[in-house]
Amino acid sequence: MSFIIKNLPILIVITPLMFSLIVAVLTNNRIAWSLSTFASFLTMIFTILLSFEVSDRSNISYYLGNWPPPLGIEYVIDTISIIPIMIVSVIGLIATLFAHNFITLEIDKKLVSKTYSLWLLTIAGLIGLITTADAFNLFVFLEISSLSAVALVALGSKVDRKALVAGYNYLILGAVGATFYVIGVGLLYGVTGTLNMGDLAQKIPTLGLNKSVIVAFTFMMLGIMVKAAVFPLHIWLPNAYAYAPSPVSVLLAATATKVSIYILVRISYTIFGSSYEIYSFESLRYILLYLAILAMFAGTIMAIFEKDVKKLLAHSSVAQIGYIVLGISLATSPGIASSFIHLINHALIKAGLFMSIVAMGYYTLKRIDVKTIAGLGRQLPITFFSFVICALSLAGLPLTVGFISKLYLIKAAYMSEGIWLPFLILVSSALSLIYIWKLIEGLWYNEKSLKIEKIKELPEIYLPLLVITFLNIYFGIDAGLIIDNSFIASDALMSGIK
Amino acid sequence: MTNEFYIYLSILTPLIAFFTTPLLSSNPNLRDSLGPIGGIITFYSSLNIASLYLDGEVLSFTFFQISETLSISFKITGLGVIFGLVASGLWILASIYTIGYMRGNKEKNQTRFFTFYSIAIFAAICIAYSGNLLTLFIFYEVLTFSTYPLVAHKQNEEAKKAGRLYMGILVGTSIVFLLPAIIIVWVLTGSLDFSANGILKGNISNEYVPFLLALFAFGIGKAALMPFHKWLPAAMVAPTPVSALLHAVAVVKAGVFSMLIVITYVFGINFLTETNGAVWLIWISSITLLLSSCIAITKDDLKARLAYSTISQLSYIVLGGAIATNIAVQGAAIHIVMHAVGKITLFFAAGAIYVATHLSKISDLNGMGKSMPLTFVAFFIGSLSIIGVPPMGGSWSKFYLMLGSVEKDYLLVIYILAISTLLNVYYLLEIPAKAFFQQKRTNIQVTKHPLTVYPTFFAAILTIILFIYIEPLKDITNLIFGNS
Repeated sequence: MSFIIKNLPILIVITPLMFSLIVAVLTNNRIAWSLSTFASFLTMIFTILLSFEVSDRSNISYYLGNWPPPLGIEYVIDTISIIPIMIVSVIGLIATLFAHNFITLEIDKKLVSKTYSLWLLTIAGLIGLITTADAFNLFVFLEISSLSAVALVALGSKVDRKALVAGYNYLILGAVGATFYVIGVGLLYGVTGTLNMGDLAQKIPTLGLNKSVIVAFTFMMLGIMVKAAVFPLHIWLPNAYAYAPSPVSVLLAATATKVSIYILVRISYTIFGSSYEIYSFESLRYILLYLAILAMFAGTIMAIFEKDVKKLLAHSSVAQIGYIVLGISLATSPGIASSFIHLINHALIKAGLFMSIVAMGYYTLKRIDVKTIAGLGRQLPITFFSFVICALSLAGLPLTVGFISKLYLIKAAYMSEGIWLPFLILVSSALSLIYIWKLIEGLWYNEKSLKIEKIKELPEIYLPLLVITFLNIYFGIDAGLIIDNSFIASDALMSGIK
Repeated sequence: MTNEFYIYLSILTPLIAFFTTPLLSSNPNLRDSLGPIGGIITFYSSLNIASLYLDGEVLSFTFFQISETLSISFKITGLGVIFGLVASGLWILASIYTIGYMRGNKEKNQTRFFTFYSIAIFAAICIAYSGNLLTLFIFYEVLTFSTYPLVAHKQNEEAKKAGRLYMGILVGTSIVFLLPAIIIVWVLTGSLDFSANGILKGNISNEYVPFLLALFAFGIGKAALMPFHKWLPAAMVAPTPVSALLHAVAVVKAGVFSMLIVITYVFGINFLTETNGAVWLIWISSITLLLSSCIAITKDDLKARLAYSTISQLSYIVLGGAIATNIAVQGAAIHIVMHAVGKITLFFAAGAIYVATHLSKISDLNGMGKSMPLTFVAFFIGSLSIIGVPPMGGSWSKFYLMLGSVEKDYLLVIYILAISTLLNVYYLLEIPAKAFFQQKRTNIQVTKHPLTVYPTFFAAILTIILFIYIEPLKDITNLIFGNS
């Protein structure tokens, strides 16, 4: 047991990685799914064990192969990184449980086990991204997770061949982002001679005002902003989410961008935070702030006019990423805490929304648009119930997690910028009611357009769907856990700024 | 058994009704009896809460502590006692009436209707007994969402459109204005709890007071202050029991109740008087009051006319709060009760007429008084109470409001109240007058449902009882500023 505890930081990455190799060679699809579920379950257990280890606010530093940094690769688990790890492993398990019906339906039988292999590889890549404290190793995981995600998106081509284009765009833009990032890392290595993040944070301030550092910072931030789909670098996202196979949309929407946002935070606060004053990042943060405001409105307005429901949810994700980035751009402890709160809550909301929407689209086997699923709410009451709860949560109504996010985000915005910013946030969230209401009304009141008679609920998806719905309400009332941990994390991050 | 038990009981009863109604859909009689039984239990516990409150007990409990300064908690305040009594007491009457209306009218989806009816009452009771702004806001939104399926009950294009307007205005204003107002209070004072003398004094500079009050006043869209009043006439597409209990009692009264709570327990009336922060609200509410009375005259649809009359009467209550003296706020609190009883009588009558004859236009009601005497007599009594003629309950609240404005030397307000009373006389009494004194034009088949007629008449008698039996109500309102 102590062996496991000691090696937890690597186990959460290795477990899905190893299982992905095993699953790839299997021929029985059901066993492939069971093994993937088992692997995600194991990962979640390890994450929970790990969260106990860091609950006393200690950092776990793990040297890969016992090579100490700066030469070796260091993995760091602290109160900050445990939050996104938790998101990926919990949502990963829920999405895996949910996936099977849809993967067998939407993907060629021969490719199913390969799909699960890619699926686990994505999870491993995402968790690796979070845990690593080595700037170059981060690039490796960035490539692992995005290449496998691109392949997963392209697998949607059996349903709609546009998935290939969407995957291709995702690949190209993802590669541009990753290249930008690695250029930045190279420049930093050139001037500091180290790749370890902690080391970088110590050495950068000693350089004083250095042009290479400024360029490196810009490249790294831009690269990650593409991955995080920060407006206007989000163009790959709507199509990738919309044309990916249903469960892939769930997984990516709830985890991929969240992890990138976490890296954005880590780069700006951990690596460059200690030189915050030297480079007067104070003025730079306004760029992020205005981009975030643009994202809030652009995403919401695009969503209002969108007919394809999966794309609509993707546009809404762009807006929600705007809220998260807005919190980060405030550069105050409550601001970052509110970002973390929304990071967690939005993962819960979007996972729930995508699951319920694709569950309703299960029978149509084509693009889910507002018309094809009209009236389905009455026939699928449980799925519809989950959808309504998550949708109201997205709009930020009380007793749901979305409300808690909004409460803290607005408080933070009001404290640092005055009344105009909360007002903009609230107007955009009031606008989001328009597309939410369009969906709810269409699902419940409109006449059915689908001619399929035998529509019934899929009992297999009740568990993941209802768990996520329950979490949306539970953490909307008993929000202490999320709020406290977010504040601990933001205080830890802010302590790095000098 | 602790005294807090009664709070649990009054909150849980409608919640239990909400959960059990769908289970009993196969047995309509049993399902429909949940309403009156639940109403009696809730009313009984509200009465006990009221008497405990009068004895000086401070009842409160925290349901959930979200963080240090955020909690979902309940506390009994003087205003809350009054609103709780009104909502639960009239629930009994309305639920009996609803059975008659839904069956007499052969409405579809009755189970869904009764389910959401109970959750709306649950939200109203939670608003009445809420102990801080967060709790108030949460259940304010629950109330909006639970009434949406009731407004859009008919599921046709008109109902859908009305539902959209209803949600758009109520949710929109609450998110864009009310929520930031609450957060500003939270940031300024570090607390959201209600306190007898307000919590803002000393935490906000005087010139910002009117703006913060404006965020609240327009954010609480349920108080139907112009220009955010359109949702109320739109909501009239709902079946009449919804208009009666929810859009004359629970929903709109939740709005003005929240206004009074904010004025007395968040700002504090002394603080508002010192800073003159509420003077603008006196004029806005006066304008709303007069304009909506004028619009009411032009409406030929009975329910639309009653809706505009409601908007005007709600502004009386906001006006009472805005004048911000003890007497005026007491008058406003009493008006919550009096207008509720009076207006529910009128809506019941309108619904009873619709069930019996399927008429909804005032111009069609000529001579109907002879076929439905009990209903129109009830309508007449209810109108008198709204107008404020003794011996109906409505006279008390108008009396207090006028006293309050004299105390503060707002003579213009007295004139406005007088003009509005004249307008009330015109647009309300026109209806029974036509029914009793004009000739019937056509022969109309009248098939009354007894469960719609008797509750109407009983509600009318209640307005008279409330005139005589005003003492306990006065005792409670006397304590609004002392005992909470």
